[in-house]
Amino acid sequence: MSLPTTLRVENISKIFGRVAAVDHLSCEVRRGELVGIIGPNGSGKTTLVNLISGFVKPTSGRILYNGQDITYTAPHKIVCMGISRTFQMVRPFYHLPAYKNMIIPLYSPRVRQLAGGRYGDRNAVALDLLEEVGFERDANVAYKPAGTLPQGYLKRLELAKAIALSPELLILDELFSGMSLAEVASVVPVIEKLRLAGKTIIMIEHRLKELFRIADRIMVLNYGQKIADGASTEVMESDEVKKAYLGSEG
Amino acid sequence: MKKRRERIDRGIKARSEDVYALSSWREMLYLAGPRLLPAAAFLLLPLFLGAYWQKVMISVAVFALLAISWDMLAQTGMISLGQALFFGMGAYVSGILNFYFGMPPWIAIPIATVLGGALCTLILTPVLRLRGIYFSMVTLIIPLMLVRIIEATKIFGGTEGLSGMTPLPSTLTEIYLVTGVLLGVLFGLRRLMETDYGLVLKGIRDNDRSVTNAGIDIFWFKTQALFISSTIGAFAGALMTHVYMFVGMPVFALDYSILPMAAAVVGGSGTLAGAALGAVILVPLSEALRGIGGLRIVMYGLFLVVFTVAVPEGLFDYIQRRYHQMERWVEIDQ
Ligand SMILES: Nc1ncnc2c1ncn2[C@@H]1O[C@H](COP(=O)(O)OP(=O)(O)OP(=O)(O)O)[C@@H](O)[C@H]1O
Ligand SMILES: [Mg+2]
Repeated sequence: MSLPTTLRVENISKIFGRVAAVDHLSCEVRRGELVGIIGPNGSGKTTLVNLISGFVKPTSGRILYNGQDITYTAPHKIVCMGISRTFQMVRPFYHLPAYKNMIIPLYSPRVRQLAGGRYGDRNAVALDLLEEVGFERDANVAYKPAGTLPQGYLKRLELAKAIALSPELLILDELFSGMSLAEVASVVPVIEKLRLAGKTIIMIEHRLKELFRIADRIMVLNYGQKIADGASTEVMESDEVKKAYLGSEG
Repeated sequence: MKKRRERIDRGIKARSEDVYALSSWREMLYLAGPRLLPAAAFLLLPLFLGAYWQKVMISVAVFALLAISWDMLAQTGMISLGQALFFGMGAYVSGILNFYFGMPPWIAIPIATVLGGALCTLILTPVLRLRGIYFSMVTLIIPLMLVRIIEATKIFGGTEGLSGMTPLPSTLTEIYLVTGVLLGVLFGLRRLMETDYGLVLKGIRDNDRSVTNAGIDIFWFKTQALFISSTIGAFAGALMTHVYMFVGMPVFALDYSILPMAAAVVGGSGTLAGAALGAVILVPLSEALRGIGGLRIVMYGLFLVVFTVAVPEGLFDYIQRRYHQMERWVEIDQ
């Protein structure tokens, strides 16, 4: 594999009070890869996403994106450099129609820049993007206030908002949680299409079966440390991983 | 001939995609009325008012501007307890330009509006990163601090203030200038807040993390909102310098911070029009209560409490809802 490194995390730590949420963790993601990150509750997955996207600053360590140090870059600038992430806890603008929730990402300087100043009708773009992630156009779901939509739609709205930013690196934090099997099945092709388009993707997931089907590689976190990294089959064979999962659930 | 009741906005709503296809002058009036009526009132009323009530009207418009300026900030997630800063800054800048540099009002007021707004923005940018109550506290304290500074250093006339400012040509000029600006600001800002830009500002209030995650610099957008808001307040102050022909420490008084906020809350924050409506109610009320002396504050307080309890969503939203629910008789053929 001689693909260039998109993301390089070097020995990063984040300590909250006395908890080391992420503990001397290093990893690499290559361009076009789809990497899954799993681990028990509280193992530091979301904190790692927050570190990469700049919402949380590390206690020590560095993060390089396309060779550039982004450790202390402001989060909105990181987005404009091409990293976009979804939130595990979705908090849309409940009183606004779903498609109006898309307007803010579409207002982003990154979108303007990529469109060369011509971004046309944001409402129309918003509706197209929502249709892509499975908002049926004839059912007018996109026009309903976000507050009235079930969790599965809100998760897909979150995905559409991230895609709207045309990221190079897309980080999805437990996108599948709260989705029905049918909804997951409808979103998987969307993710596969993004991969074909050359996007690099990191997926945090608890739904292992669905994740293993699409991921190239799996990283396992436990107590903020990386305890395994490799193909899904070999990772799940590791004793340490078995122990971490049994330990947290048993 | 049978009749049934139907909401007036019914047919209109169904055609809302192209509002131009209004079928009758009645529907046209239904839509335009709420905009035309207050505009007409503001423009015609001054001609019939006595000198005293003309002054009250100027006061109404000034507080309406301050209330709108407060609401604009609130819609971006910044709760200001110090509209007096904007007002006082505009007042002093215009006063200084007139007193020391001999600039006539029609030059001093526009400069003071922009410069005053810029100065306020500059003073407050360091605290823009503070959230919630911390921002509010700082805005409350700064005008009070400025008063002490003027008192201690005796600059700009110190406790005496500066008097002998050039007045505007007539009271009617004052009224039409301030109401003209008020109507322009009200309709302009209401439109602005409906655009995508306005959506971003309101997004910062509701969930700033989500706006940041869209690659938008919330600090920069808050700065812009602050500038728009403080410019409006500064205009009100600059104008009053030439109405009173005086500028001094009272322009930083707490009244200019509290009353606009009360007006916005009574009228309903988040609509801008509610803020103006609140000022139209509260300012004449506080004038009328002036006669009863010490009990005035008690009455005023009671009124505010009753209002916020009875119409918690604000008066404007309430009236708007009622207006849309208005019904008419329509004939149904069998
Ligand atoms: N802002 C914070 N302040 C204090 N502690 C925090 C903060 N964020 C996370 N933590 C702690 O850091 C640890 C890791 O949390 P994190 O949310 O990253 O886990 P996670 O792997 O995403 O868990 P889950 O699977 O439940 O989403 C937990 O012990 C959590 O309590
Ligand atoms: Mg998490």
